[in-house]
Amino acid sequence: MTQARFIEEKIFRGLMLAAAGMVAGSLGLILATVFVKGFRALSFDMLFKTPQGGYYIGGGGGIANAIAGSLVLGLGATLLALLVSLPLVFYLNVYLRRRSRLAFFIRFSLDVLWGIPSIVYGAFGFTVMVTLGLKASLLAGTLTVGLLIIPIMARSMDEVFKMVPPELHEAAYALGSTRWEAAMKVILRQAFPGLAAAVLIAFGRGIGDAASVLFTASFTDALPTSLFRPVATLPLAIFFQLGTPFPEVQERGYAAALVLTLIVLAVSVLARALTRRVTRHSR
Amino acid sequence: MEARTHIRVEDLSVWYGGHPALKDVTLSIPDKKITAIIGPSGCGKTTLLKSFNRLIDLQEGVRMEGRILVDDEDITAPGADLTRLRKKMGLLFQRPQVLPMSIFENVAYGLRIHGENDRLRLGEKVEHYLRMAGLWAEVRDRLAAPAAKLSIGQQQRLCLARGLAVEPEVILGDEPTSALDPHSAERIEQRFLELKRDYTIVLVTHILRQARRLADYAAFVYMGELVEHGPAAELFAHPKDPRTEAYISGRFIESTGEDPD
Ligand SMILES: Nc1ncnc2c1ncn2[C@@H]1O[C@H](COP(=O)(O)OP(=O)(O)OP(=O)(O)O)[C@@H](O)[C@H]1O
Ligand SMILES: [Mg+2]
Repeated sequence: MTQARFIEEKIFRGLMLAAAGMVAGSLGLILATVFVKGFRALSFDMLFKTPQGGYYIGGGGGIANAIAGSLVLGLGATLLALLVSLPLVFYLNVYLRRRSRLAFFIRFSLDVLWGIPSIVYGAFGFTVMVTLGLKASLLAGTLTVGLLIIPIMARSMDEVFKMVPPELHEAAYALGSTRWEAAMKVILRQAFPGLAAAVLIAFGRGIGDAASVLFTASFTDALPTSLFRPVATLPLAIFFQLGTPFPEVQERGYAAALVLTLIVLAVSVLARALTRRVTRHSR
Repeated sequence: MEARTHIRVEDLSVWYGGHPALKDVTLSIPDKKITAIIGPSGCGKTTLLKSFNRLIDLQEGVRMEGRILVDDEDITAPGADLTRLRKKMGLLFQRPQVLPMSIFENVAYGLRIHGENDRLRLGEKVEHYLRMAGLWAEVRDRLAAPAAKLSIGQQQRLCLARGLAVEPEVILGDEPTSALDPHSAERIEQRFLELKRDYTIVLVTHILRQARRLADYAAFVYMGELVEHGPAAELFAHPKDPRTEAYISGRFIESTGEDPD
């Protein structure tokens, strides 16, 4: 028995180690691949120039169109999602009673929306565009990605609010705060780092998604200048360049992947740092 | 003991989702005295205390019957001004709950929401109440530091200062020393003894020795029922009800929490 338990323990430990190793290993491997394959193509031109003639068969230029496009679209979508998520989450956690049916229904809907694949959002956005007679554009892409990341942002924020101890609400009310004062001056302050992290996580998810922008934002070699023109994005730049048969263009595809990975990595590191701050606040 | 009544509870019953937590409690809390509420765990002490400032309303599925009069004003009446009521009552929790801001802002918060915005006066008042809570000397050099950085004992005194700053008439304490080390607990007790000159204090405590040390008046609650209440000396020396007698002589299984000093 003792022997069996010992073996059991060993097997379980082995499994846990293997799982942990796989996670850490695949992260390292992905980073290494992108870095090794893309680093050489990373140049000033790559980062700051738009594609010149014949770019996709080895011509000069860079992916400034996609970098700028992704940042603009990502920021726009994040702002949009924030405008919806923040009031929604305040409503859920400060105004609605915790066990209300409406709150349950809203959370359930958000969970379902979270689970829907991004290609479906893309298809939905496309259908709406066609019905309204709109063309693929920065606006359509931003709206679609905004929709895609609302559930991510809202649910992450919701979890942050749940981490606020009920005693803090009570402490605020016990001092004679109104609901508005408790929410804005105490709860928001406590939750702020976590909320910022939720925004960054949603941004990271939005900027990296290809399927939702494929039909809605389309692609262009030009820098984004108008809400009503197509816009280039990094995920699609990667896709198109890796899809060519030319090794030097593929290499640029990896360079684009490296840029995107670095952006997302920076955002996650920032989000982590902020989350640590929130947990340090609540003992 | 002839004292003016500050809080009068009349036939108060409270239910949580149909489950009774207090049954027909009638009790008068004397003005400018320390009243101890004692009783085993889960008997309804916190519920009673939080009824006084209607903080109980925040709980889910709570229902209240009966009346509570504070300064002869029915605070259970529909439309009662809860922010004004709560301003009248400072509350100390079992674990200090500091606000997520600096030491200074913790005390200034209550002042600000109740309309004090003058920087100079804010500074004076914050110092005044920190002194009153016996914390000034320890924090005067780091008023801008996050309150969460203080020790638990200091945090509890900060909460006291914060509560005093809104100029309440009543101080409610829900086992305010139970998370503290003996030394910090003693400092809080000391404060209470000084504060009762100007404030009505209601103290929920598990620690019978603490109740004996501090209380002028005592109430024993058992399974949601107010079993006995009266002048503390009398209740502890000659309990009338056998259940009170059993509890204060330590024959209840639940009566843990006797302080280890
Ligand atoms: N929010 C709530 N929902 C449901 N039941 C509750 C709630 N709060 C308290 N109760 C129940 O009401 C009864 C009284 O609780 P209360 O917290 O007033 O007891 P207490 O005397 O303060 O106990 P303790 O000494 O452990 O703090 C208990 O049976 C408790 O389980
Ligand atoms: Mg309690």
